[in-house]
This record gives sequence, structure tokens and C-alpha cells, in this order.
Amino acid sequence: MSDGQKLFGALAEFANPAELFHACEKVRDAGYGAWDAHTPFPVHNLDRAMGLGSSKVPWICLVTGLSGAIGGFLLQVWVSMHASPLVISAKPLMSWQAFVPVTFELGVLCAAAGAVIGMLFVNRLPHHHSPLFESERFKKASDDGFFISIEAEDPKFDREATAQFLQGLGASHVELIVDG
Amino acid sequence: MGHHVTLPSNESVQLPAGHRLRRFPLIFGVVGVLCLAGSWFAAGGDHKAFYHSYLTAFLFGLSIALGALFFTLFQHAASAGWSVVVRRVAENLMAPLPIFALLFIPLWFGRHDLYHWTDLEHVAHDPVLLGKQGFLNEGFWMVRAAIYFGLWTLMSWWFRSKSIRQDSEGGTALSRLMQMRSYPAIMAFALTISFAAIDWGMSLDPHWYSTMWGVYYFAGSIVSAFAMLGFSVLLMQRWGLLQGIVTKDHFHDIGKLVFAFTVFWAYIAFSQYFLIWYANIPEETSFFHRRAVNTWYVLGIYLMIGHFGLPFFFLMGRTLKKIPWSLALGCVWIITFHYLDLYYVVMPNVHKSGITASLVDGLTAIGVLSIYIALAAWFLGKAALIPQKDPRLPESLAFQNF
Repeated sequence: MSDGQKLFGALAEFANPAELFHACEKVRDAGYGAWDAHTPFPVHNLDRAMGLGSSKVPWICLVTGLSGAIGGFLLQVWVSMHASPLVISAKPLMSWQAFVPVTFELGVLCAAAGAVIGMLFVNRLPHHHSPLFESERFKKASDDGFFISIEAEDPKFDREATAQFLQGLGASHVELIVDG
Repeated sequence: MGHHVTLPSNESVQLPAGHRLRRFPLIFGVVGVLCLAGSWFAAGGDHKAFYHSYLTAFLFGLSIALGALFFTLFQHAASAGWSVVVRRVAENLMAPLPIFALLFIPLWFGRHDLYHWTDLEHVAHDPVLLGKQGFLNEGFWMVRAAIYFGLWTLMSWWFRSKSIRQDSEGGTALSRLMQMRSYPAIMAFALTISFAAIDWGMSLDPHWYSTMWGVYYFAGSIVSAFAMLGFSVLLMQRWGLLQGIVTKDHFHDIGKLVFAFTVFWAYIAFSQYFLIWYANIPEETSFFHRRAVNTWYVLGIYLMIGHFGLPFFFLMGRTLKKIPWSLALGCVWIITFHYLDLYYVVMPNVHKSGITASLVDGLTAIGVLSIYIALAAWFLGKAALIPQKDPRLPESLAFQNF
């Protein structure tokens, strides 16, 4: 490793989802924080094995959804009472009943948009580059490879000990990734 | 990850001999009969008020039983795997349906106090009711009631007894048979519940009509049946039954259904109101006009908040649906507001100036509900607590939400 290059972390490959699953439980129990699992397809309950806890997306969705509903309602109140007052079939200008469909639609629209954008935000996407792409083996992560990466910035990370730890979990191959 | 599933033993899914649920039929049966008898005397000769209270209670108990019937039917139609462990409880909740034919008899005696289209002298001078006489006449009304009770008895008996037969026979043949029969049964269910709601609820105000009426009654029926199912299973678990069989993932799903159909009820109730408000035609607005007075108006607002607003936020998150006490609270809340919803439908026809709550309301509601609970508990003790040889049982036992 020359100057200007720094260690990104350790990458371990596992033979199948079951081994990865149990390895994740042990990494979680060992107390690592900055680490991740990479699989070509979703593995049910892997989040629990990784100890991820519950997602923040529902809260983002709730806030954007409520903002959309309240904003949509207030917009109609403002339009019908101040911006462009029109009496329609002798109903009062402030007819909340008539505002319900648009309030509902804007609530749903903003909740859905909040869920998608919130998901991208929480996942830190789009993410164009990761030092893991330096690894030739890591290409298998979108095909038939199951990986755990532990980042060097994790306080528990130790170049030798972490590599050995991953080896001890039954990894078929462990390598150190250098951020070029 | 795959879980190894051990099927529960036959003993562990039977209601134990000395279990307290075995005392339910007697206790609730006695309470029910006493309350109904007491309500007649508490009414003190005000037959009109009594029959309206009784009709509210009747429609309330019936709707829960019908909702449980629909639950069973669509689990078969969808060949649902997750719900197998709670399906027998739903089958027991639909099994008391025939008793409502018996409970219908007082309505026959009270028909002149409830339905003024039965007053032929009045009808003769009323061109609107004269026009509806082909449908709204006592004879046809009774024939229709007989058809509804006949079909409900047939469906609830057939689907429960076939399910119990599978407990000894096993195999997939009975599952297939029940699935194939569930489709026509759902159609029969949809027609009978809609027409029953029209016959017994909408015709209280025979000049008025709403094309949403059938689905409005159905929406309240199905959400309170889910709530009743959730509450029953929670209670059974608290009392040591279905341990390790029904898990928090099943409760989570029942909670989701209660949540979804709370929204569905609000959607239907608002759609009915919205179109009538928008068109503003006198013959349609009379229903809400009658309820826009005094405390009936206040109850309408409370229904919006209590039947939709609060449970919407309470049941939205996944956490509260997985905690037994909070799900139980949500279930009892929904059932209570379903009763108030029916109260809002029936009672303004007699107490026109505002809510006049009385002992009779409480006694009839507790009476009908107790008789219903007594019978459901009796059926619960008659068979295994789960369909123990349903081919989808392992799937249901291993069920997990992701």
C-alpha cells in the first residue's frame, strides 16, 4: 500500500446464503457497526441476522404524507376562499367535503414520493462508486456470490484480527480492500 | 431461512375439560336471556323505542357473525396459508348464524313499530311507498328473510362441518372442495348481506334510498368481525390456548386487516355521504338531514374521529399491532364504534330530536352479544381449536412477516 491509498476494509466471501446468514449473526454479536452484507437476491430475515433494527422510511413516509394532506387541504381553502372564490351549486366557499378527494390524493402522492425518495436517501443511493468494486471477486455479488464487508473506519476493525475473524466464520475467501 | 415445523399434538389443540371457556356458554347464555328479558320490561311499554334498540343490537350481533362467515369464505377462495391457525376460530364465530333466525322473531312482532311501510292504510295515500309496494310488502319481506337465514345457515354449517371432517380425514380433497364452493358462496353472501341490510336497515326510512347501503353495512360487518377474531384469539392465548401456534406475525396480519377495513369503512361511509351532499337532492338528503340535528350531529362527528381517525393512526404502525394489549384495545374500540355506527343508523328514526340513551339500548346490545358469544364458545368446545389436518397448516405455523 503506497501513500495516498488507504485501507477501506475487509471483504469475505461465503459459499451460500445459509452460511452468510449465520456469519452475519456472529458479526452482529461481535459488535461491529460499519459493515454490510451483499447478496445477489433478497435473503429473508437477513436484516434481523444483521441486527439492523426497524427502517426509518415509514416515519419519512408519515411526515411527507401528512404534509401532503394538510398542504393539499390548505391549498384548496386558500384557492376557494381567497384566490378565486366561486359559488358552486349554492354551497359555502369553505366546503370541506369537496376538498376531501384532493386532500386524500395529495396525501397518497406525497406519502408514495416520500417513501421512494426516503428509501433512496436512507440507502444513500444513487451511489456511483464503492471501493469494493476494486475487487474482482465482488463482481459475483450480483450473480452467485455472498459477501460480508467490514469497513476499516469501524473502531473494532483491526487488519489482522478482523481478517482472521472472518476466516473463522467459514469464509471461503477473505481479502483486504484498498481504496485506490 | 427455512424453519422446521413440528405439528402440534392432538391434545394440545383441544379445549381442555375444565377450561374457563367451557363455562362461557352457560354464563353468557343466562346473561343474554336475562338481559333481553330485562330490556323488554325496562322499556316500560314503549314498544317503538324497544324494537329500535333491539334492531340495533340484532344488526350488531348479526354483522359480526356475517363478517366471520365472509372471512372463512375468502380464506378458502384465496387458498390462504397464513390464516389456517385462526380459521377455526372464525368458523366458530360464524357458526351461531342460525340463532339469528330465532332472534329475528321479535322483529316480526315489532314490524309495525319499526317499518311504517307495513301500514297499508298509510301506504295507500303515499305514491312513493305505493310504487315500492312490489318489493316492500310483508309477505315478500318474510320470504326474503327466510332465504337469507336459509343460505347463511347452509353456508356456515357446510363450511364448518367440512373443515371439521378434514380434522379426521386429512388430505387435499376437502380443501379443494371448499375452495370451489367458496366462489358461489361469496356471491350468495354478497347478495344476501346487501338485501338484508336494505330490508332491515334502509327500509326504516322507506322514502330514502342509497345505492351504497349494502356495502356500508358490509364494511362495518367485516371490520368488526376481524376485530372480534383478533380479540378472541388474543383472549384464548391469554388463557393458555394456541400457545406457540398463533404468533405475533398472525396478530400483525389480523391487525393489518382491521386497519385496512377501518379505512375501507371510512371510504364507503364518506362516499355515501359525499355523493348525497354533492347532488343535494331532497329525496336523498333526508337521511343526513335527520341526523344533522342536535346530538345526532355530534355523534356523526364522533364516528368520523372514533371509527376512522383515531384507529387509523393507532393501527398504522407495526409495533402496536404486535403488542397483545394494544391490539386488544384496538379491537374492542372498533367493535364499540361499530355498535355506535349502527346506533346512528337505526335510532334517529325513533328519537328524532337527539340521542336518548337508555338502559334498553345497553340491555339489548349486551343480550344479543352474550347469546352470540355463548354459542360461539359452545361451538369452540365441540372441535379442535385449529384445522389440524389442513394441508396448509405447516405453512401457517411457519408464517412470518418480513
